[in-house]
Amino acid sequence: MKTDDLVTLLASRAPAVDRRGPARRFALAWVAGLGGALLLMILLLGVRPDIAEAARVPTFWFRLVYASAIAAAALWVTSRLARPGVRVGGAWAVLATPVALGWVAMAWVLAHAAPGTHLPLILGHTWRVCPILIAVLAMPAFVAMLWAVRGMAPVRPRLAGAAVGLLAGATGTVAYCLHCPEMAPPFWSTWYLLGMLIPAALGTLAGPRALRW
Amino acid sequence: MIASIAERQDAIGTPAAEAELRACFIAGLAGDAARYRQFLDGLSGHLRAYLRRRLPHARADVEDILQETLLAVHNARHTYRTEQPLTAWVHAIARYKLMDFFRAHSRREALNEPFDDDGGLFIASDVEPADARRDVGVLLEALPDRHRLPIVLVKLQGLSVSEAARRCGMSESAVKVGVHRGLKALAARIRSRS
Repeated sequence: MKTDDLVTLLASRAPAVDRRGPARRFALAWVAGLGGALLLMILLLGVRPDIAEAARVPTFWFRLVYASAIAAAALWVTSRLARPGVRVGGAWAVLATPVALGWVAMAWVLAHAAPGTHLPLILGHTWRVCPILIAVLAMPAFVAMLWAVRGMAPVRPRLAGAAVGLLAGATGTVAYCLHCPEMAPPFWSTWYLLGMLIPAALGTLAGPRALRW
Repeated sequence: MIASIAERQDAIGTPAAEAELRACFIAGLAGDAARYRQFLDGLSGHLRAYLRRRLPHARADVEDILQETLLAVHNARHTYRTEQPLTAWVHAIARYKLMDFFRAHSRREALNEPFDDDGGLFIASDVEPADARRDVGVLLEALPDRHRLPIVLVKLQGLSVSEAARRCGMSESAVKVGVHRGLKALAARIRSRS
């Protein structure tokens, strides 16, 4: 087939393009991912029994805002990486901000902690399982967001895969916040972040294959 | 001073070509097939010149990559944002397809080129096609019926969606989806052959 014939084929009866399609696809995928994470959390782990009391403590909300802010920034980065010729630029800084603020909170708490309590503050009671559980809760969003980005045209598939993984990790963390009994900032700014980085690493590995087009 | 203006001109391509192609492309996104064809024709010339500059000794490969890139541009139409320069969007796609080609043929020397600007994509145009090495028509014929029939009936024979649906016994939405997915499947076949 000659190039001219291909052009004729492509141009003939080419319908109007739905400009809101990508936004709808991203929204659908993310909501499905969050729903899946919440469902997995309820079925596998259960909402923490003292959630009503915990919700009166400010750190409960700091934690939730931390995870949500990373999810929102990662969603922004992902949607930029999904389009050819769009620079991520300032979105990187926005993504780094909640992570950095988490570390500031950790430093502040540790600086004011009594001697000998530092390590317990960081490790809590659940550090062994926390990152793994977050990675498990991230899987629905991981699959859904890969699907959403596959419908776009990422020209840096490895990086786009990493962003999808981080977004999925943060989405899983939002659900995990409703189960997790740990409230200390040194704990969650360490282990939550590590939990989010597991699917991000998976995305880095899967991206070049899963997001080729 | 004059040199720096010329360099800048080089880096962003000719604004006139950008403006004209962009207008045609946006009209195409809104469903104007004639303007869309005008865009694809103009783009073919620019892409051919751009690819020939990068692959001066592989004219048949150039036509292959050009066809693959045109199909990719078409399949990715919905990812364009109107506030974005068209040059940047098209160049990112062309570069991605070119890198794919280099990877498949392990031509490392070409990877050292500075690819970060838009490579003067819209500066020159070359409307003299060479013969392609690979025949997209043959790949199209090899697609499964649910993809092939909608493309042949709607895109090649120019039937309306409802006529095509009646002719091949599919629902209208299956025909629309078949065209859309079929062109993606075609791109995937081209990719796996190269």
